[in-house]
Amino acid sequence: MAIALASTVVFLAIAAVAVTASPGWPAVRKAFFNGHIFASSFPDIADAFLVNIRLFCIAEAVILVFALVIAILRSLPGPVFFPIRALAILYTDFFRGVPTILVLYILGFGAPALQLTGVPTSALFWGEVALVLVYSAYVAEVYRAGIESVHGSQEAAARSLGLTHAQTLRFVILPQAVRRVIPPLLNDFIGLQKDTALVALLGPIEAFRQSQIDAEGAFNYTPYLVTAVLFVLLTIPLARLTDWLIARDRRRQLASGVGR
Amino acid sequence: MSSNGAALRLERVSKSFGDARVLKDVELEVAEHEVVCLIGASGSGKSTLLRCVNLLEPIDEGRIVLHGEEITAPTADANRIRRRIGIVFQAFNLFPHMTVLRNVTLGPTRALKKPPAEAEAEATALLERFGLADKRGEYPDRLSGGQQQRVAIVRALAMQPELMLLDEVTSALDPELIAEVLNVIRELAQAGMTMLIATHEMSFARDIANRICFLDAGAILEQGPPEEILTRPKEPRTQQFLQRIIEAGRL
Repeated sequence: MAIALASTVVFLAIAAVAVTASPGWPAVRKAFFNGHIFASSFPDIADAFLVNIRLFCIAEAVILVFALVIAILRSLPGPVFFPIRALAILYTDFFRGVPTILVLYILGFGAPALQLTGVPTSALFWGEVALVLVYSAYVAEVYRAGIESVHGSQEAAARSLGLTHAQTLRFVILPQAVRRVIPPLLNDFIGLQKDTALVALLGPIEAFRQSQIDAEGAFNYTPYLVTAVLFVLLTIPLARLTDWLIARDRRRQLASGVGR
Repeated sequence: MSSNGAALRLERVSKSFGDARVLKDVELEVAEHEVVCLIGASGSGKSTLLRCVNLLEPIDEGRIVLHGEEITAPTADANRIRRRIGIVFQAFNLFPHMTVLRNVTLGPTRALKKPPAEAEAEATALLERFGLADKRGEYPDRLSGGQQQRVAIVRALAMQPELMLLDEVTSALDPELIAEVLNVIRELAQAGMTMLIATHEMSFARDIANRICFLDAGAILEQGPPEEILTRPKEPRTQQFLQRIIEAGRL
């Protein structure tokens, strides 16, 4: 612990000296690290950041379920379900292949233009839909990897008790599969949180767009730093929570391991 | 015993994996309360036969009849039939994310729709009977191999099966843990459980079996009472197999 602390301090000191000793540092400091502007733009941007938070909270909840459905459809056994499996594969291939920004543009500008009654026209709504569609394709693949990592003998044991295919999935396969994929799942969610900034391209004012406005008003880049700090602050607790969840699971299931 | 009274009957059962015929016209009957042991080299088809009986593998030809009902009929409901047959696997196959108690109650509560309280009471009684009462809250990874396999047996028993299939249940165990599992199986035999057991433990088979069947290349080559098969086998292949077993010091 003491060694780790000392080496961290030394490392940070060297990095700080290297940056602040560079010839362009005074200019960079003025443009990016202006304490006044940081403080004055913080409330606006934090306010706009709530839009990002709402975007990804809704998206994550929907994706968790929607992606699972796709993964389950893709794992349906037997020739009868071939068309459904094929559709699931097509979906994941398509939305992982098309750049997120294109999906955003096409849905964000195209869908409202259809002027269908009952269909929302808000850019925020279609930005949300685009994020859900794209990230569900990634998360479905993560789920699928988890499902396939559970050994076939588990399914045999569950079926031998007379459980149906659906019951086997729900009580035996999925609980194990989901536990195994929590880290990659979180990784995709961090990506999603950052990509909520792309929704700004459709017009709504969220943190990134707000920092752009502030930066242009102040002729200073410090507002971008505010946004960056907010995104990082949000990611770190989520990452630590996942680590903790994984460690707790392991402790419960395993008596022995490598002590470190 | 008339053939109608058999607990289990296999009629000309054949099964192939690709080009490999793993079961060839297998004819086998197990009477009510009878213990039949399947012996034979690895790859002779013992495990496949058990998996076919539990409908974990579809058969290509023939019929399997359980208490007069053809379970391999296309119209048969596999889930309903599996509830009547218990199987214990070589590698235990316990559910690692569930406690011992949940492992045992999963089948009764979900497949048989028993109320959880009733299923738990029955599971606890079974765990007690096999000396596992203090392990009910543990996760499988915290148990020894012998304990895990006993839990697996209890899990199958909790479904109150008409027939138990045991697939080399001691093969993955350390030698000192084998006895505790074999004792459980002995107790089941004494209680009158109908069992079909694939095993490499010849002295155990001699001890417990009413009948021993020698499987060779997917066919039952020879069957009879244990003394007859193990001490006076007629078929040269059976003699060869037993000779190798004796040389390995396992009889």
